[in-house]
Amino acid sequence: MELVEVKKLQVELDAFAGRDVYLHLETTNGSYATHFNEGFFNAGAFIRNVVINYELGKVVGDSPHRVGLKLPHGWVYAQGITHYELDDQGRLLLAGHDGTGKLAVALQISETPFSY
Amino acid sequence: MTISQERHVLVVFPHPDDEAFGVSGTITTHIKQGTPVTYACLTLGEMGRNLGNPPFATRESLPVIRKKELQASADAMGLTDLRMMGLRDKTIEFEDDEKMVGLMTDLIEELNPSKIITFYPDFAVHPDHEATARAVVRAVRRMTDRPTLHCVAFANNTLEVLGQPDIVYDIREVRDQKMNSMKAHISQTAWMLEEMEHKLQQGDTETENWLTKERFYNYRWHEDFEKSF
Repeated sequence: MELVEVKKLQVELDAFAGRDVYLHLETTNGSYATHFNEGFFNAGAFIRNVVINYELGKVVGDSPHRVGLKLPHGWVYAQGITHYELDDQGRLLLAGHDGTGKLAVALQISETPFSY
Repeated sequence: MTISQERHVLVVFPHPDDEAFGVSGTITTHIKQGTPVTYACLTLGEMGRNLGNPPFATRESLPVIRKKELQASADAMGLTDLRMMGLRDKTIEFEDDEKMVGLMTDLIEELNPSKIITFYPDFAVHPDHEATARAVVRAVRRMTDRPTLHCVAFANNTLEVLGQPDIVYDIREVRDQKMNSMKAHISQTAWMLEEMEHKLQQGDTETENWLTKERFYNYRWHEDFEKSF
């Protein structure tokens, strides 16, 4: 993965617009957050292989960036995005990695389903 | 406490590296004693958070890495019967409960283990650990001739509620294998191992203790975690 360059990532987001794509969206604090810090309120969400078709995709702001996808009847967005990669299967993988190297958020789109 | 001679040992955990920290010394010792050991690892830790910064992997490439690490850990322990069960990390508790019991029952019927190692229900911290423990306990509960059930517990309230572990194995003789099993999972354990080395150099007895002893609780059927299922 490489650090997000807004202009380059914007080109990739544009390329997927108007097409049916499989979505992976994830936010996480890790399953041990409350074990290590008992007062911590652990929340997160996970979606994988839901098909969407966005009409407009935008990456905004300084790193960590926000990325939003406007759908005909709704929205998808993620904040905290630091890195991206167009992988060898043509999938656009965006992720937010914190200073310790832990993933905090992932937003991925692909024309073919992600594995299980 | 010496490690007993067994007919067959079945180890069930959900994540690659769950075996390394808690029980790799025990697994290695059983194998050295000639006991067949099967490790059923339910997922490939697909949702692991340690991906580095700069990243060394993506959410999609991580399972490929962790699969190799799991095999390397098995090799370090001398374990030849490694089963990758194909479930997805962080989803086990949402699977059908009866299906999960069936998965465990199939393994038990095939292997006829005299001892099973898993987590202790309600003291296993991670939802996947808890779901795995529940499935194993439920499968064993239904058996008429139950195998020994040794459980790993590490929730913050473990000592307070369960007391001291019933079983403490001295694993000094296989310390290197344990270390190699932990090192095999380097993508997820690097920072932890670094911290450990640092503590060992400072003569920290708790860390040393952790590398030389493995602790289990006999599952307490008289205080079963649920009344019925």
